[in-house]
Amino acid sequence: MSEAFEILGSVGLWAAVLRIATPLIFGTLGALICERAGVLNLGIEGIMSFGAMLGWLAVFQGADLWTGLLAAAIGGAAFGLLHAVMTVPLGLSQHVTGLGITLLASSLGYYVFRLAVPVQGTPPTITPFAPIDIPGLSDLPFIGPTLFAQTPPTYLAIACAALIAYVIARTPLGLAVRMTGENPHAAEAQGIDPIAVRIGAVVCGSALMGLGGAFLTLSAFNSFFPTMIQGRGWVCIALVVFAAWRPGRALFGALLFAFFDAYQLRLQTAYGSVVPYQLFLMMPYILSIVALIVMSRRARVPQALMQPYRRGER
Amino acid sequence: MRLERRTERSAALTLLAPVGAVVAALILSGGLIALAGANVGQAYLAILDGAFGSRLAWTETLTRTAPLILTGLAAAIAFRAKVWNIGGEGQFYLGAITAAALGSQNWLHLPAPLLIVALMAAGAVAGMVLLLVPVALRLRFGVDEVVTTLLLNFVVLLFVSMMIEGPLKDPLAFGWPQSVPIVSEAELPKLAERSRLHVGLLVALLLAILLQIMQSKTVFGLESRSVGLNPEASRFAGIPLGATLLKVACLSGGLAGLAGVIEVLGVKGYVTTDLSPGYGYAGIIVAMLANLQPLGVAAAAVFAATMFVGSDSMSRALGVPSFIADVTVAFSLLTMLVALLLSSYRIRR
Repeated sequence: MSEAFEILGSVGLWAAVLRIATPLIFGTLGALICERAGVLNLGIEGIMSFGAMLGWLAVFQGADLWTGLLAAAIGGAAFGLLHAVMTVPLGLSQHVTGLGITLLASSLGYYVFRLAVPVQGTPPTITPFAPIDIPGLSDLPFIGPTLFAQTPPTYLAIACAALIAYVIARTPLGLAVRMTGENPHAAEAQGIDPIAVRIGAVVCGSALMGLGGAFLTLSAFNSFFPTMIQGRGWVCIALVVFAAWRPGRALFGALLFAFFDAYQLRLQTAYGSVVPYQLFLMMPYILSIVALIVMSRRARVPQALMQPYRRGER
Repeated sequence: MRLERRTERSAALTLLAPVGAVVAALILSGGLIALAGANVGQAYLAILDGAFGSRLAWTETLTRTAPLILTGLAAAIAFRAKVWNIGGEGQFYLGAITAAALGSQNWLHLPAPLLIVALMAAGAVAGMVLLLVPVALRLRFGVDEVVTTLLLNFVVLLFVSMMIEGPLKDPLAFGWPQSVPIVSEAELPKLAERSRLHVGLLVALLLAILLQIMQSKTVFGLESRSVGLNPEASRFAGIPLGATLLKVACLSGGLAGLAGVIEVLGVKGYVTTDLSPGYGYAGIIVAMLANLQPLGVAAAAVFAATMFVGSDSMSRALGVPSFIADVTVAFSLLTMLVALLLSSYRIRR
């Protein structure tokens, strides 16, 4: 067992935590914004996949990496708009619409990818984001390589968490989003348009989901392949519950989850010959389910989550 | 002019909604086919030809239809009671691996028909148990079963991979991870010579008819529908919520598990991790296109199978990526939702 403890002290593990957490931070924040406004967005898995594809494709076609990220965010926002139009003004089932968005966004992503990139032996690659190098800080022992040698999108994700936490808790806009998620009738009585707020929240949240997907193809890896999201979107939906719909806790939850994921990856190499590797790979999904069970009793669900708002109806 | 909600939807509109939805989906996908530089009409004709143009084609389409009917029924039964079973894919694989494990030898020396029935039952029970866990978690802890069933899909697929690389690995498969083949007595009889079409299709159709009767004529059918429409009112009317949802979960999980069994016993003979091209997820679309009606599921399953089988050969001929099938089927789910909404309103002057 000594190896299991030795891994805990390795630089590689802690450097991986922030990297693995980044798409989860984006995705969880995105889902959180939608849900705070009262809309469950199960399109997340497909939107992340589409964002991963579109961001990669833009860079592959010659755009720079930041334009790639922007393309992914716009692609995500477009599917978010579709989800929002169907679930908010039309009031269709958020569960079924979200699944439909996931199936459409992922298959459309594969289709466009195949159109642009014909089948080849090895998938084509791009040059991904390079880790930043801050003179002084990046050279610090242990802290340097773990905290100050990540790629730029990772810091963007952390900045987003801080910004969203501030906006939701401290600004009139955040109050409008929260009111719409708790009691849209009361919000309307205050002169807030719940329909506009919900559509806006879902579009913004979905843009973040697209960014989360693009991190995978533009920073963590350098190519796109179908099924690369591997349920990360569903994990994000679980993390929102774990975070009790609070952005700060969402950041913490994503980091905690990424720690377990990074740890199991290293345990896998250490003990893979004795224990089937699949058991390690199951851990993230099982942990998500456990997190849901533990938090379910205490969680403060937005009161109007999944309830369509129709003007003049009680 | 204003919109008014209909109190009742006419039979004609109920039939028209899925047709309109499919047409709209085909038009939307047509744009994408044009984007690929192919002639849209020619592409759709090639899909039809690829799905029904020869004996091989139509037997293959019907072979694909069978598991889609079962996963579609699984979703339809569950969704009607508002049990959001998105775990059809996991239940499919758990049913499949159970049948493969138990069918690798004729342990009890059962005669062929009995062995097949026993394996079907075992696979269905495996699927049931897998869905009972999330539904019990919802009843006990209030955990949304959408997320748990989705996450369990990944767990089950890893479990299957572990089994076929470990205890169930076929030593004669040249190192490929696949399970030991089932014994020949466990193979489902074929419906047509020199094809893969097997009696699983008849089993699926029979179940669709039985479930249609159950839904419209039995007390349980009414109860499962009413807990979906209004759990509070149902409880007030004396319908036990928990027991009804657990029964629905047994049926739904069992059907998806059975889909996995017939793919193993009828088509492949062993399990790999690509046994299902997304039957569990496609089942959700099939159920929605059928407006959750069991007999409609059979028709919607033929549509989905046509797209999947036909687009493969269309893709080879015209160079349009075969993912167009998944896109069209996904479009049809969204257009169906809108079509159902439109058909429940009328325009008043």
